[in-house]
Amino acid sequence: MNGVLSGTRTLLYKEVLRFWKVSFQTVAAPVLTAVLYLLIFGHVLEDHVKVFDQVGYTSFLIPGLVMMSVLQNAFANSSSSLIQSKITGNLVFLLVAPLSHWAWFIAYAGASMVRGVVVGTGVLLVTLWFAPLQAAEPWWIVVFALLGAGMMGSLGLIAGLWAEKFDQMAAFQNFIIMPMTFLSGVFYSVHSLPSFWQGVSHLNPFFYMIDGFRRGFFGVSDVSPWLSLAVVGSAFVLVSGIALHLLRIGYKIRH
Amino acid sequence: MPAISFQHVAKTYTGARSLVRALDDVSFDIEPGEFFGLLGPNGAGKTTLISILAGLARASGGTVSVLGHDVVSEYAVARRSLGIVPQELVFDPFFTVREALRIQGGYFGVHGNDAWIDELLSELGLADKADANMRQLSGGMKRRVLVAQALVHKPPVIVLDEPTAGVDVELRQTLWQFVARLNRQGHTVLLTTHYLEEAEALCGRIAMLKQGRVVALDKTSALLAGTASTMLRFKTDRALPVALASRARVTGRIVQLQAHDAREVELLLATLREGGVEPEDLEIGRADLEDVFLEIMQGEPARVAA
Repeated sequence: MNGVLSGTRTLLYKEVLRFWKVSFQTVAAPVLTAVLYLLIFGHVLEDHVKVFDQVGYTSFLIPGLVMMSVLQNAFANSSSSLIQSKITGNLVFLLVAPLSHWAWFIAYAGASMVRGVVVGTGVLLVTLWFAPLQAAEPWWIVVFALLGAGMMGSLGLIAGLWAEKFDQMAAFQNFIIMPMTFLSGVFYSVHSLPSFWQGVSHLNPFFYMIDGFRRGFFGVSDVSPWLSLAVVGSAFVLVSGIALHLLRIGYKIRH
Repeated sequence: MPAISFQHVAKTYTGARSLVRALDDVSFDIEPGEFFGLLGPNGAGKTTLISILAGLARASGGTVSVLGHDVVSEYAVARRSLGIVPQELVFDPFFTVREALRIQGGYFGVHGNDAWIDELLSELGLADKADANMRQLSGGMKRRVLVAQALVHKPPVIVLDEPTAGVDVELRQTLWQFVARLNRQGHTVLLTTHYLEEAEALCGRIAMLKQGRVVALDKTSALLAGTASTMLRFKTDRALPVALASRARVTGRIVQLQAHDAREVELLLATLREGGVEPEDLEIGRADLEDVFLEIMQGEPARVAA
């Protein structure tokens, strides 16, 4: 039993060490990207867009950018680690080890959560220069950050198992992850959309992650945070269930 | 209890046009402490069999166990007993040699074993590379790290899948001395190789695979004794007489002919003289494993010891 736990811990450690060794690319770069978004959109839209009363546009934008960074980096971590190991062949070191599908899942999703939270915290710290930090209901911040990162880490696992080439992975990222994050209300409140697109947005689980996360900062949100919690929680259970199943059957990794 | 047991192992997969039968009812046991050789031409199914043993692939039928533990239902215990040196030269570019070894040990629940890691590094001539990044190592050095990674959790059963392919002579010597010593200390070794002289020198028992089936399984000495025991070797630039051309093995200028006894040697020499062939550097030697291998692969009936 001790061996099982330590195997899981080692894989988690290895996955964290992997991105930390290239943190300039995996942490600093996404922080810079988010800050550029903030500078440009904040500058252009600060005086034109008012989403919630008493919340400036820059302040409104910050939680969205933080959560977007958390989600995208959580996805990037597990997916790129897996596809690189598959293509270079060093996944064999894990395949011959006595690690259960739970160990794989906990380590890959866990390291994704660590990377998501580290990048998110980095973005948040830098944005303190631009607007004061509010945290009206901080528990929502923690809950949605962890749950969202866990879901995206699991989704990255699925994508990493499924993709056989880097361009398939890029397609997954560009045609699924990017549109879903951008159309989730990072840059705007979905209430500002025409009713048809509001309806569409409500089908996007990313919307609930962003909205629930933002609730923690301002104490106001487009929908009830409990509804968001239910949607994000269900999405997490569904996606992680699929990831665990694929790991258990060795989908595309044990032939 | 056998160290490794293959029972009726089958592996089929869907190829481009038809069902490919990579392994067909493969059964044999390897006893603890054996140095066992698995030979066969490319595509015979050696690596498929090793992959099923290691958990990299799944059998379509049959069972495989390591020290009595099924590799599917008791995979954790089975894999803890196994150290696999993969055929492909793979490495994780993010880590140093020592990090890679610590991490690999950790997967198996082994921690704080730096003394053993240091011993492995010095045995494999890697001591001064411990803190070098994997990317900075030459191909031969990476191969040594693969061996160290397979041994870091001190497995009782060691599997080497063509570990000396493309490796220089010096490393081959180092590697075999090391593996032979581990075998003397009680480790079971399963080796697949293309170098038949290696198998002949190291392996006590040998299985030969051909098109997914076991076509020979016996002690190395018995396999050697069972074949035509004498080989006639010489060099020539002339074409061989028709009667001999079909049974000769020709490699460039070198010609090898099998003979069963002295009388047949005389007969061969007479035929050559009549054909106008003047043998240069003539020697008469014992058949080696390569001769046995070729004889069996050319379709002799299966020779499996009871």
